[in-house]
Amino acid sequence: MHMTLGSIRHHTFIRRGPDEVWELAGDPARLHEWFPGITSCQVDGNTRIIILGSGLPMPEEILVKDDVQRRFQYRITAPVFAYHRGTIDVLDAGDDCCVVVYSTDCDPRAMALMIGSGTAGALDELRRQMEPA
Amino acid sequence: MGRKILFITSDQQRYDTLGCNGGTLARTPVLDQLAADGYRYERAHPQSVVCMPSRSTIITGQHPSTHGVWMNGVALPVDAPSVATVLHDNGYRTALVGKPHFEPFLDPFARFVENRFATQALAGLHRGFEHFETAAHGALGPLHYSRWLAANHPEAVGMFYQVLDMSLEVSAAGGGETGAPQVHDNAVPREWYHTDWVADRTISWLDSVGADYDWFCWMSFPDPHHPWDPPASELGRIDWRDVALPDGYIEDARGREAVLDAKPRHWRAWYDGRLVSNYEAPANWVPATLTADQVREVNARNAIECELIDEAIGRVMASIAKRGWADDVDVIFTTDHGELQGDFGLLFKGPYHVDGLMRIPLIWRPAPATGALPASITRPVGLVDLAPTFCAIAGVAASDWMEGAALPVDDDDADRRGFQRVLTEWDSELFGVDVHLRTITRDGWTCSAYQPGFSHDGTEGELYDLVDDPLQQVNRWNDESMGSLRSDLLADLWDHQPQMHSPLRRVEAPV
Repeated sequence: MHMTLGSIRHHTFIRRGPDEVWELAGDPARLHEWFPGITSCQVDGNTRIIILGSGLPMPEEILVKDDVQRRFQYRITAPVFAYHRGTIDVLDAGDDCCVVVYSTDCDPRAMALMIGSGTAGALDELRRQMEPA
Repeated sequence: MGRKILFITSDQQRYDTLGCNGGTLARTPVLDQLAADGYRYERAHPQSVVCMPSRSTIITGQHPSTHGVWMNGVALPVDAPSVATVLHDNGYRTALVGKPHFEPFLDPFARFVENRFATQALAGLHRGFEHFETAAHGALGPLHYSRWLAANHPEAVGMFYQVLDMSLEVSAAGGGETGAPQVHDNAVPREWYHTDWVADRTISWLDSVGADYDWFCWMSFPDPHHPWDPPASELGRIDWRDVALPDGYIEDARGREAVLDAKPRHWRAWYDGRLVSNYEAPANWVPATLTADQVREVNARNAIECELIDEAIGRVMASIAKRGWADDVDVIFTTDHGELQGDFGLLFKGPYHVDGLMRIPLIWRPAPATGALPASITRPVGLVDLAPTFCAIAGVAASDWMEGAALPVDDDDADRRGFQRVLTEWDSELFGVDVHLRTITRDGWTCSAYQPGFSHDGTEGELYDLVDDPLQQVNRWNDESMGSLRSDLLADLWDHQPQMHSPLRRVEAPV
């Protein structure tokens, strides 16, 4: 049995309120501020182009930006991807804390591992930026 | 002035590919002579049978559990212990030329410094190496060799085999005359091929070192790791039709499958194409389809790649002699792990702790000025012993974080210093399939214990008599007459098992 979809999920607990974290994590134009390995983002309507650290441009379509649920979802539209969904959820954990979940579903599955490990690094950086020193 | 160290590694090379180890296919006169003049190890094992954990063991002198690179795709932290740092701190000039692979190759975000050295023209001490010039198996990617090829010989970039397919899986595409996977006719001129490039760049670095310096140079060839695409100009060296099938290849399919059925179930599941438990083998290739002629052609090309490496080493040795260093240089040659190359009807590598993957060539030719007496060492040693060996050659104390000991110079020395066992470990988790095994080799036996995982419930194992069953075709794990021996080996295995690094390091990429 050879499954082609790779599904990777990472999360982090942040000692800061969900609305404040969402202000950064939910802004599609600011991904490069907390995702190591992404050098810039350009948003035009529901299209976003990110530039990777390797210099590679990656076009994306923004699918969901729900400020009520605090959910952001997008897909990479580059032809190498038969399927892609990236999902960021910021969940209220009470006591002015939140849990941020970054999910990657991807065909080819090998790409899910590479993007997924990047999202794990991004969550580490998001926590570092958001938590009080 | 002390002893200089030329440390040579190949990638994925079997013990029996060298003439000095009984190989009859590849002509390897340079390495054979080094072995005749020094120490030849007959039972050297890696501590992991895949690249990144094994190379991390070489540089740290630690088992994979300790350094934490528990599978391919896990990065060795840049500040991890390094024997090159120890040598550099003791006055050695240091260089690594060729394949490093301490960090993942597949790195679209360019998060790993190893992949930025060439593209960002980084310089300065890295893992203890003052010179760090990189290559891998193909012509694509951010490493120095591929950038050199693209800049100077762009017409050659498309001549190489594409290691990954469109799904970024290890490609199953076949070539040559038999359609064997990862075999390809490469029109690249020999002098542009990475084997000669690694030797050229090594010679260039050595030429930059003042005559009075001591130095440690790790020359790391990407071959004979697949793809098997040596320069087509060299294919006439060995006609695959003349190649004998390896002893480990069982021609009769039913006999082969009976041997596989006596091993833990992931062996047969992979053979049948029902389970690919690790990224290092093509996901879309079914080993049961492998033909005898494909084995012959793979082995012919592999042998040609071994010959090219031997000749490249010869050029570097001549360059060293020309510098007047011949009497002062220790040469150590080994590889990171083996290759199945037709054994049991299989190719490539994976969680299979048998000699094809675990028994590796290891030669130490001490500096002739030391007057060392040649010897063949039969006791078990490991790549974990290399870092302390480099320290011993340099006359500095081994660091306390190193887990091995300087290699023995003969069997008496080995017995005096307790070289009784060597350990090898495997852990992998890939898309819901996990495999975990621990292996001990001692007293002429290899014993592997499987821990619970996708295919195993923790009761499975393998036990082989390396003397009476050198091809590991009779698994004695469930042989009741072996119960006491098995218990002794397992007790020794767990007594000496290093603790797994905690927290577990993250898998960053497939490889």
